[in-house]
Amino acid sequence: MIHPALFYTVSALTVASALGVILARRPIYAVLSLVLVLFGLSTLFVALHAFFVAAIQIVVYAGAVLVLFLFVVMLLDMEPEALLRARNKTMMGVGILFGLFFLGQLAAVAKALPAATGKPLPGTTAAIGKLLFTTYALPFEAASLLLLVGIIGAIVLAKKKL
Amino acid sequence: MSLPPVGLPHLIGLSGILFVIGLVGVLTRRNILLILLSLELILNAANLAFVAFSRAHGDLSGQIMVFFVMIVAAAEVTVGLAITVLLSRLAGKLNADEMRNLKW
Amino acid sequence: MVTAAGPWIILFAPLAAFIGIVLFGRKSKPVSAGLAIAGMVVSLGFTLTFFFHSLHAHEAIETAVSWVELPGLTLEFGLLINPAAILMALVVTGVGLMIFLYSTGYMAEDSSYPRYFAYLSLFAFSMLGIVLANNFVTLFMFWELVGASSYLLIGYWYEKPSAAAAGKKAFLVNRIADFGFLIGILMVWNLSGMGGEARTLNFLQLEERLPEILHSGAVAPGLLAAIVLLVFCGVLGKSAQFPLHVWLPDAMEGPTPVSALIHAATMVAAGVYLIGRVFFLFWASPEALAVIAAIGGFTALFAASLALVENDIKRVLAFSTLSQLGYMVMALGLGGYVAGTYHLTTHAFFKALLFLGAGSVIHALHTNDIWQMGGLAKKMPATTFTFLAATLALAGIFPLSGFWSKDEILAVAFERNKLLWAVGTLSAAMTAFYMGRVFCVAFLGKPRSHHAEHAHESPPSMTVPLWILTVPTLIGGFIGIPQYLHHATEAGLHVEFNLFVALISTLAAVGGLGLAYAVYARGARPGLKGQELLSRLAVPLSRKFWVDEMYSWINQNVQQRFADLLALFERFIIIQLCVNGVAKVTGLAGSLLRTAQTGKVQTYAAMLLAGLGFLLYLNLK
Repeated sequence: MIHPALFYTVSALTVASALGVILARRPIYAVLSLVLVLFGLSTLFVALHAFFVAAIQIVVYAGAVLVLFLFVVMLLDMEPEALLRARNKTMMGVGILFGLFFLGQLAAVAKALPAATGKPLPGTTAAIGKLLFTTYALPFEAASLLLLVGIIGAIVLAKKKL
Repeated sequence: MSLPPVGLPHLIGLSGILFVIGLVGVLTRRNILLILLSLELILNAANLAFVAFSRAHGDLSGQIMVFFVMIVAAAEVTVGLAITVLLSRLAGKLNADEMRNLKW
Repeated sequence: MVTAAGPWIILFAPLAAFIGIVLFGRKSKPVSAGLAIAGMVVSLGFTLTFFFHSLHAHEAIETAVSWVELPGLTLEFGLLINPAAILMALVVTGVGLMIFLYSTGYMAEDSSYPRYFAYLSLFAFSMLGIVLANNFVTLFMFWELVGASSYLLIGYWYEKPSAAAAGKKAFLVNRIADFGFLIGILMVWNLSGMGGEARTLNFLQLEERLPEILHSGAVAPGLLAAIVLLVFCGVLGKSAQFPLHVWLPDAMEGPTPVSALIHAATMVAAGVYLIGRVFFLFWASPEALAVIAAIGGFTALFAASLALVENDIKRVLAFSTLSQLGYMVMALGLGGYVAGTYHLTTHAFFKALLFLGAGSVIHALHTNDIWQMGGLAKKMPATTFTFLAATLALAGIFPLSGFWSKDEILAVAFERNKLLWAVGTLSAAMTAFYMGRVFCVAFLGKPRSHHAEHAHESPPSMTVPLWILTVPTLIGGFIGIPQYLHHATEAGLHVEFNLFVALISTLAAVGGLGLAYAVYARGARPGLKGQELLSRLAVPLSRKFWVDEMYSWINQNVQQRFADLLALFERFIIIQLCVNGVAKVTGLAGSLLRTAQTGKVQTYAAMLLAGLGFLLYLNLK
């Protein structure tokens, strides 16, 4: 499926960046770490033949959403956050506990996974687009409505005076 | 060196690890903006799982789902960031620990 | 048309008057009195149409609406009109109307006059409900309503502690009796299903079924007697039979027209009427009837003896009522359905007349003590004449109404039980004596007080009802009431006129009156020779044989101790443990749970996670 060397390298990079997201003291580093995570995932998507998704991962997620984050970070001029060990210990304990629990559950699921069936299909733009405009036409339209609502909501919230 | 071939369990495992990291971030970060950022991490973990299953089962619906997740994430970020900006403008701070208006 | 809506109009006209007074007449004397009287006139009018209708059509008229319908339980709210009910309704509405009219004069000076008429209307409504009810549940409802409205009326002058206490006493004694009555009703309910049909409390259906049930042998005679006696318990209370008679003399604390209403036409009659209404049930158990007759006879003699020495004119009449009710109960207990109901009717007229006459005297003299009266015959001729007529009727002098009905009772007793006949005759003689005593002391001789010297006849609003009531008192024996009543039920004994009994009872009555005249006429006063002889006998009598004292001893030493125990239980177990305990546990749980509410988003997120984790665990286990 994926070459092991590629997988482990990219995985290590992604996990390290993810840790950076939650550990970095300065918000701008956290955002940039998330960009790295997105790139890593995008690499994996390409390796999994999900070309369209990999492309919009870079274009929409890294290019638009995170740039928005960056704008806000710079706009608000936030002070650096406390180190992880200075943060809420209880919450961290709870989070790690639940995280391990979920991982355990996940392992149980992964063990029982059925063998892969069907022929792998490449997720080209053409294939995805065809599916999107036939089978998933209605959710697609609904999603556009959701975005519209999001835009209007953002304007209403952010404007000082309407 | 010969590593075992990478299969579905590996990808799901990576997805799980990312999810847990995001989870801890959501619970421990104090800055609201960074809580949102951790949420993005969780969403991306889910995306990876979708794509992995899509590949394993030869069904493109999983990738369509990733597409929708991204749309929802974009909308959520738009509104979430707007609220963040508003909060910092009204309260002058973004510390979740200091916001206790849910308890009167 | 009349037969469909008429019974409801008879019943609800006084209630409408009550509501009208409460809504519109609270400030106005004429409006309240007018509404109350109008309600009675409407009731009386419709009762009369039924009466004339029933003269040539004897079948009962029943009308009912379904009230509660559950599987296995059907209750109806219904009215049943038969000759006995019409006769009783005539008495209630007729005598009641006279009392209402009389009250406009008697109560003219009272400050809360509209309240008085509102109560009167409510009382009349309740009583008509008892008279017309077609089943035990409806009857019991009105039975309790009568108890409640009598409480209001007896305690009408509630500023007076004695009046308030008397009202309470009447209510409580009646409640005790009604408890037995209720159990009796439930047992009748059970009994009615023993034939295999759906259970019922409807009088007509019960009467129809009872012979079958008895014939099938499903009911032991002892059980039936117990049921009958439990139902009779209610009668004990309402008709003030021994040993629950204690409330009635105290009930004299109410205004005199109320006494007339309660003692003559309505409340106390309700008990006797109830026996008549379900006479088929009583008739089925000879054992119970024997007990009832004995209680009636004893009450008749007991109460008559108490009246011998009483100096309060109203209380004499109250004891007389007790005694006469004992008569009626005795008659019914001996099977004389017609005799008992007949006496109930005639007694209603002349006893109402006596009370109203006494009220007229009290109104003029502002005292109840007969030794403060005297010589009223010249000052109040109308009152005197009507009172005399009623006295003679009560004493049983030929040919007044009381003679015929009392004689019918004695004839039944003579046939069934010679001992009770003797008791009846003796109490008849005593009745004649104490009535003669009251009349001689109060109306003859010389005035014994300042008030008596300056007494004036009461206004026409009071004397006219007296005259009207005198008519049935005089001729009540000739208008065919027994013949009319024969259509009501087939149960019971019918006896012919017995000349021997009539002669004896007339002798007793004349003897009693003569003795009273000899002792008390012409300026008799306390301390005279005959009086002294009596006064020695009179100690137990004037204390009413210590029945009240016995009851209060039981109250203080038995009931109060028990109540104290219960109060402790209530204070510590109920209040401390149950009530406050629940509150404390709730508060504690609340203060524990509130720690979970930190107000922080991330805490809530963690809880969300916990829930999610739990669900996952359940799903994957």
